[in-house]
Amino acid sequence: MRSQKGLDVKLELRGITKKFGDFVANDRIDLTVEPGTVHALLGENGAGKSTLMNVLFGLYDADGGEILVDDEVVNFVGPGDAMRAGIGMVHQHFMLVHPFTVAENVMLGHEQLASNRLLDIDAARRRVLEISDRFGFNVDPDAVVEDLSVGAQQRVEIIKALSRDANVLILDEPTAVLTPQETDELLDIVGQLRDSGTSVVLITHKLREVQAVADTITVIRLGKVVGTALPTASQSELATMMVGRDVTMAVDKPEAKPGDVVLEVTGLTAIDENGVTTLDDVSLEVRAGEILAIAGVQGNGQTELAEAILGAVRATSGSVTLDGEEMLGRSIKSALNSGIGFVPEDRTVDGMVATFTIENNLVLDLIDQAPFSSHGNIDVEAIESNAQDKIAQFDVRTTSSKATAGSLSGGNQQKVVLARELSRELKLLIASQPTRGLDVGSIEFVHQQIVAERDKGVAVLIVSSELDEVMALADRIAVMYHGKIVGVVPPSTDRKTLGLMMAGAHQEEVA
Amino acid sequence: MTTVSASVRTGQATSFRSVLSEWKDVIGYGLVALIGLIVFGLRTDSGVSTSFQISRPDDTVQVPSFSVPAQPITLTLAVILFAFAGYQAWAKLRGASVGVWLPIAYGVTFMAALLTWAGAGRENTNVAITGMLVSGVFLAVPLVFGSMAGTLCERSGVVNIAIEGQLLGGAFLAAVVASATHNAYLGMLAAPIAGALVGMLLALFAVRYWVDQIVVGVVLNVLVIGITSFLFSTVLSDNTSLNQAGAQIGAQGGVVIQNLPIPLLSDIPILGPVLFDQNALVYVMYAIVIVFQIMLFKSRWGLRVRAVGEHPKAADTVGIKVNRTRVRNTILGGAIAGLGGAFFTVASQLAFSKEMTSGKGYIALAAMILGRWNPKGALLAALLFGFADALRIQLGVIGSPIPSEFLAMLPYLATIFAVAGLVGRSRPPAAENIPYKK
Amino acid sequence: MSAAEAKTETPENKDRSDEARSFFRSVVESNGLVVFLAVVAALVVGAVLVVVADKSVQDAAGYFFSRPTDLFSAAWTAVSDAYVAMFQGAIYNLHADSFSGAIKPLTNSLTFSAPLIFAGLGLGVGFRAGLFNIGAQGQVILGAILAGFVGFQFHLPLGIHLALAVIGAILGGALWGFIPGLLKATTGAHEVIVTIMLNYVGLYLLAWLLSLESFQAPGSNNPKSPPIDGSAQWPKLLGDNYGLHWGFIAALLAAWGVWWLMERSTWGFTFRAVGANPSAATIAGMNVKLTYVLVMVIAGTLAGLAGGIQVLGTEKALTTGIAGSIGFDAITVALLGRSRPAGIVAAGILFGGLRASGPTLQVQAGLPIDIVLVIQSVIVLFIAAPPLVRFLFRMPSPRLVKEVTA
Repeated sequence: MRSQKGLDVKLELRGITKKFGDFVANDRIDLTVEPGTVHALLGENGAGKSTLMNVLFGLYDADGGEILVDDEVVNFVGPGDAMRAGIGMVHQHFMLVHPFTVAENVMLGHEQLASNRLLDIDAARRRVLEISDRFGFNVDPDAVVEDLSVGAQQRVEIIKALSRDANVLILDEPTAVLTPQETDELLDIVGQLRDSGTSVVLITHKLREVQAVADTITVIRLGKVVGTALPTASQSELATMMVGRDVTMAVDKPEAKPGDVVLEVTGLTAIDENGVTTLDDVSLEVRAGEILAIAGVQGNGQTELAEAILGAVRATSGSVTLDGEEMLGRSIKSALNSGIGFVPEDRTVDGMVATFTIENNLVLDLIDQAPFSSHGNIDVEAIESNAQDKIAQFDVRTTSSKATAGSLSGGNQQKVVLARELSRELKLLIASQPTRGLDVGSIEFVHQQIVAERDKGVAVLIVSSELDEVMALADRIAVMYHGKIVGVVPPSTDRKTLGLMMAGAHQEEVA
Repeated sequence: MTTVSASVRTGQATSFRSVLSEWKDVIGYGLVALIGLIVFGLRTDSGVSTSFQISRPDDTVQVPSFSVPAQPITLTLAVILFAFAGYQAWAKLRGASVGVWLPIAYGVTFMAALLTWAGAGRENTNVAITGMLVSGVFLAVPLVFGSMAGTLCERSGVVNIAIEGQLLGGAFLAAVVASATHNAYLGMLAAPIAGALVGMLLALFAVRYWVDQIVVGVVLNVLVIGITSFLFSTVLSDNTSLNQAGAQIGAQGGVVIQNLPIPLLSDIPILGPVLFDQNALVYVMYAIVIVFQIMLFKSRWGLRVRAVGEHPKAADTVGIKVNRTRVRNTILGGAIAGLGGAFFTVASQLAFSKEMTSGKGYIALAAMILGRWNPKGALLAALLFGFADALRIQLGVIGSPIPSEFLAMLPYLATIFAVAGLVGRSRPPAAENIPYKK
Repeated sequence: MSAAEAKTETPENKDRSDEARSFFRSVVESNGLVVFLAVVAALVVGAVLVVVADKSVQDAAGYFFSRPTDLFSAAWTAVSDAYVAMFQGAIYNLHADSFSGAIKPLTNSLTFSAPLIFAGLGLGVGFRAGLFNIGAQGQVILGAILAGFVGFQFHLPLGIHLALAVIGAILGGALWGFIPGLLKATTGAHEVIVTIMLNYVGLYLLAWLLSLESFQAPGSNNPKSPPIDGSAQWPKLLGDNYGLHWGFIAALLAAWGVWWLMERSTWGFTFRAVGANPSAATIAGMNVKLTYVLVMVIAGTLAGLAGGIQVLGTEKALTTGIAGSIGFDAITVALLGRSRPAGIVAAGILFGGLRASGPTLQVQAGLPIDIVLVIQSVIVLFIAAPPLVRFLFRMPSPRLVKEVTA
């Protein structure tokens, strides 16, 4: 099935089913993408959207159902077939080879050869420039991908797909990594693509984007199609379809009673190994009994801020004091022992050891303290009974405390990490992206725990790229952009203002 | 934002330590230059000279031997070493990266200083330059083949520690086939088969069964040692006609590998005999290096191989068959290493003996690392190690104050320096040793 | 996968010991049956080699079509001779006159196993911390050098001399483990390459030392040291008739010690955490770099002790071949024993037995000891690839739990 430029292509998925073991990721899903339209695939984390697209793109084999291109059944054995049929995909995690140039990345897999049978780099360069100019991408074909910004890398991915004459372009959560301004640019591009005849499948969980650019919306929940909708539907209608019940993001929390300043960050600056300034003269303070939420698009220094306070990232200048004591330059261990609790943003990589038992994970940063060990000798019983307590207290769903942490679901894993950090007497709790990838029930639980900790008088610093979470939990919001604190505002601030701050507009410019 | 890399996570780094680690390569070069200055420069007796003999008796063009005053030369060479260190520092300050040529040139200069110092004041002995260079190239042969094999495999993401076993297997099969057919060239042609077999096992366990590639490589090396030694002690000692040295094959009227000097080119002074008066295996080696260098960086095949080694998922999503590429590269790499094994037996006119590769496979690995996973760089590094080996032999001839065991340690020490980053940053393909699972 | 990740997820971001973890998952998941079958498969491969190499089999193959049974009986004889010889060399000598003579092979096996257990323990500690220490050979050599030197150079009272020599073994091995550990911690140098290189450096160092007069036995130019003083030798365990010495008991004690270290001490907890997930270990406040250095020093120490056993108990002099193949054998022992002390002791005794059968193999079956290398390698390969064993023996595969991506 050869794709042809300019010819509109209709794509249909009928009854697609995909299982992983006993888990049904896609359950008899029907989806029709009419030519020249933007079709949004809306659903929460874990609903099955990406799986469906991976099936469409030939990365997975469907267990049931069929794919039809222009009313003919097709069988994609691999991405090559899908691409030849005119389907292109821009993945959520970019598929770019870092040491290669833009041109090399774009040509990979369908390289043109010169007369001497070697690579025709010039032809590749021309192709990149042609597409880049058509949409105003402003991409240099000889730039090394490693050196490009995230937004630029995404544009390279789009060029990659378009260079294969894609008639249907699948974008998987494309705005997750973009500032609001870059998001608007991307949505413009989506519109342009649609107008030039390319269909676009937009996978997202962001209601506003869907309403801004989609022609049709299919909502998926728990692997099934819940329904289709038009962009004129209201946000709460769409949200209800997405999560299945009325969703209030607002957390029921009593008024905060802030006490003394616990954490004081002054002029914190950090430079990473590539010479990029990740933290630029950051100053803030957090009081006991309040939640300060750091808002901002991922990649603006929030992660570095949290890790610098912990001591995992080296600051080049500035100071961080906890109850007046200087923390910079101290080891992570001494930070933890001074009363800092740290919930890292990537729990599987930084928060727990997947092959260790739940018991051991619950004492990962406590092993050398009583009662878990004395004189270097581990007390196994103490660890066991601690695990029983915590599992009950935090409602961790598991068959045994000796199961590996890797066997738990995301929500339960996060509970283990939280349980561990909250088992100590804390002065400051730092939680980075505390509910990323969690189901709704676990999100509520984690939020409750965080508020409970605040009410105990602990100073809480959370970092979140989910604006809804920020607005629901925070007593104060600090917005970060390009390593700076752009402003500290109350949670009653409207979204548009926050969005503009996240994009770097000064507070005075906010209308 | 992905997880902060372990190198940025320091927890408690003082600025002194980080400066030290940033500048460790310049410091390394500087320290060794200092040693060179003290040992070679200052401890050479003044007033004595070293004689260098350029041409061998039967070279077409005779360049006369010459003497140089030892100490000025060693001092100058030591200063050049410092200059290299300075260049590395300067480039670092400018943020530019330095090519492989620097550590190679540094090594050559160091050896020249060593040679001049060792030969100083020895009245009746000349340092035979050309002969040394010729044997340097010759001794580098298994290293070049091995490092090409290693690069081929690792560029696609498969760590090949089994080079040693592939060389040994090739040596074994070459000897046996040459003896059986009375034709050393046939033995040379058979050698890659043994290497490819080992490569197939490596591919099977590493790519198909996801066993750690380092472990497989180490185990395969011992397996090959075991099989070849076993067969040597049993079948080959029962049937000595299956394991003959070149002389014996020749005596029976068979075909032996001989030097094939290229007319005209081999008459050029110094370079001629070194490069163009070698045997067929060496010429094949040249061809392989050139072809590989072009193919890896300028051909479609090379682009895809490198993609597979850096980001297999990306390659997969554009339709490249990751595991198939890896398997093919591993087998091909094994074959190339096997061919290099022919060096030990048929190309050296020797019969097979137990464990005769004596660790050259690991030095080949070292050359690949030092050469930064480039065919050109690996070739230079392998030649450097080959010359070091020739140097050791030459020093044995003219007599030297340094015990030969320490000279034998040099390539291993150099490798340790290389992986410790003391000779500049060396980054392997990103997806190395990570099995690709769909 | 999570919704918002700004940069590309590439293999560069994953720690290199990821693959060590998946390897060990596969080893750990292999159950006893797979181990047993791996040994069986290896013996089969060994049998094939024996058959191929056997003279009478080759002769019988020549006239196969006229008398086919000859080939099979020759093959059977060759294989059974080989494995009976192994048994006789490793466990029980059926031809011996007395019981005490009959069990001599078993004691030899245990003697051989002592250094293997030590070195295997060292490697096991390393593996569990995510470090590929292939340098046991060099560490054994250094331990042997220092222990041997103390042993033949000085003359001290019984007990003290042995203790000092053992300390020498510890220092030598610890040094050779410290270097790669330090390099890994400070420069990130991959320990596989560094330890392999150090193996050869150690080998040449030994060769050089044994070329010095101070290291050679008086009156001879051979690269062999003067004999170890009696007061520095490991005392015999079962009297002078047997080679078995207290070094074996020391090995068992060391195994217990390593068990305590890894399973019951906070250090061991840290080592295991670092080996399983260095990122999480860092965030939990553990000092990963210090761990690398400590682990390598401990691994080196244990391997050095193996060298001490060799030179002070078994060989009683320092020679160029003092380390033998302990370095590689230890890798197979550690892998077969799944890096756990109990398994390592069992594997050490098994491979010690294989080694001990060497002379008997040669004498009774006319086979070189290299066949043992083949059997060992095949066992390890099969252990490392349980799916292969299952495939060969038609076993069902365990239920797989695939990763779920939404």
